[in-house]
Amino acid sequence: MNMSGREKLGLALIAVALIALPFVLALAGTAWVRITNFAVLFVLLSLGLNIVVGFAGLLDLGYVAFYAVGAYVYALLASPHFGLHLPFWVILPIGAAVACIAGVILGAPTLRLRGDYLAIVTLGFGEIVRIFMNNLSSPVNLTNGPKGINRIDSFRIGPVNFSGSDTIAGLVFSGPIKYYYFLMLVLLAVIVINRRLQDSRIGRAWVAIREDEVAAKASGINTRNIKLLAFAMGASFGGIAGGMFAAMQTFVSPESFVLNESIMILAMVVLGGMGNIWGVIAGAVLLSFVPELLRYTVEPAQMALFGKLLVDPEVLRMLVFGLALVFTMRFRPAGLWPETRHRREMNENRA
Amino acid sequence: MAQALIEALNLQVHYGGIAAVKGISFVVEQNEIVCLIGANGAGKTSTLKALARMIPSSGEIHYGSERIEALPGHLLIGKGMALVPEGRGIFARLTVAENLAMGAYHRSDKAAIAGDLERVYGLLPRLKERAAQVAGTLSGGEQQMLAIGRALMGRPKLLLLDEPSMGLAPLMVEKVFEVVRTVAAEGMTILLVEQNARLALEVCSRGYVMESGLITLADTSAALLADSRVRAAYLGE
Repeated sequence: MNMSGREKLGLALIAVALIALPFVLALAGTAWVRITNFAVLFVLLSLGLNIVVGFAGLLDLGYVAFYAVGAYVYALLASPHFGLHLPFWVILPIGAAVACIAGVILGAPTLRLRGDYLAIVTLGFGEIVRIFMNNLSSPVNLTNGPKGINRIDSFRIGPVNFSGSDTIAGLVFSGPIKYYYFLMLVLLAVIVINRRLQDSRIGRAWVAIREDEVAAKASGINTRNIKLLAFAMGASFGGIAGGMFAAMQTFVSPESFVLNESIMILAMVVLGGMGNIWGVIAGAVLLSFVPELLRYTVEPAQMALFGKLLVDPEVLRMLVFGLALVFTMRFRPAGLWPETRHRREMNENRA
Repeated sequence: MAQALIEALNLQVHYGGIAAVKGISFVVEQNEIVCLIGANGAGKTSTLKALARMIPSSGEIHYGSERIEALPGHLLIGKGMALVPEGRGIFARLTVAENLAMGAYHRSDKAAIAGDLERVYGLLPRLKERAAQVAGTLSGGEQQMLAIGRALMGRPKLLLLDEPSMGLAPLMVEKVFEVVRTVAAEGMTILLVEQNARLALEVCSRGYVMESGLITLADTSAALLADSRVRAAYLGE
């Protein structure tokens, strides 16, 4: 990649800002660092789903299933539930691999489906995984059912435990701050992988399949394998995010992996701009933060103005969320920051 | 006798319990232009899709010295068989140039690809003018030209053309068929599926007439054009 001096400077400034960010946020309270961490987690999930939906054009409404698989793999291998306490750098790849297999299991029977039909099957798959987690507590207690698994191990690198605080050179590195830096490293890797994929032969094959499957096949693309690859890669990213979720929460239960989560992740992809990595990141950050901002501002604002709580923040959150989607689709149908191809098409249609 | 490039023996295509192609046999020889004509629903497109291995079928398909009925469709372009699908099947959100590049997806000989691109642009100058334009914004005729150009980018030995006149204005149909003639004149072997029987027979040397999944007539184009049954059923006389 060739970059001009200005671009390099811009990138350096962004890097410095991202490095300093958690300490600034910590001034407002550790809760904000934690919220940021979850936003980054959602960015990871959106980038994973973007491979399936944005690049390959396969509508997946059950993406949260892979997140769940990753989370449960981590929970089972690093908690008192089975008495296993493997280190995170062993479990995360295992979680990614298991999620990848789950992706192929979902992908294989749905290869002939597209659009609405694929959406329905994937939606069913997501629910099946959740219901399995909910019910696999007997006869063999695998998942501990609806009670979930708790006391999950935090990350540990040598003497540094991610659950506690460390003070280095006068700076307090709380648990969430350590997770933040780890998440940023993973995010960087995921972005690089995504960019590489997009510009590769595989990326072009995904686009061709998205546009016309018969023509793609006639052009020599092994449509079956390339579609499975999209499912597998997307699922692996979901699995990694799930593992980190389990470690950060130290608790997982089926309740975290409901259909709503799948829809939320899909909304992030669509709102930001399907297919464009930066758009997807923007969408995920926006939809993660706005609800939290509302949570922290709506209640005090109402108390100050009316002296009582008139509208529950949770209700307002869904309202704002819905309005945001409606307005995006009305005024920026290709997303806030669309892929160049989408944008080009929209502009020329208008011309 | 010239060598057969593609030959189908007792080819059958079923959709669920319905037979669309009920056991047909035909041959296209090297450097021949052959058409498959017939009414809507006669099984022409199904036949072509089966040859290109886009849909499952039974019966034998011989291509060159190989049997290809068990091969997956994506391998055939590498063996020199290019399909221009029904409804054109262009990649609507890619540019014209990107569409053409996809036609050479299976190739890695960059210099030769660049040469072929120039050849395609020479044959279809309209595409060169619109190289940077998004393919979905081209007119129907231009899209058809693009689909043909994309197929040529694969350096095929055999071109399977599925209803190139479909949905085009008469003037555009003429232009598309001019391209087909030019490609044919360069020695390409072509199997053309068409509802527009007159046009097809004028371009081809031989033709097969399909009716409800069966081949009912097979002859030279001149003979078919003179046949009273063909004239009554397909030429509107």
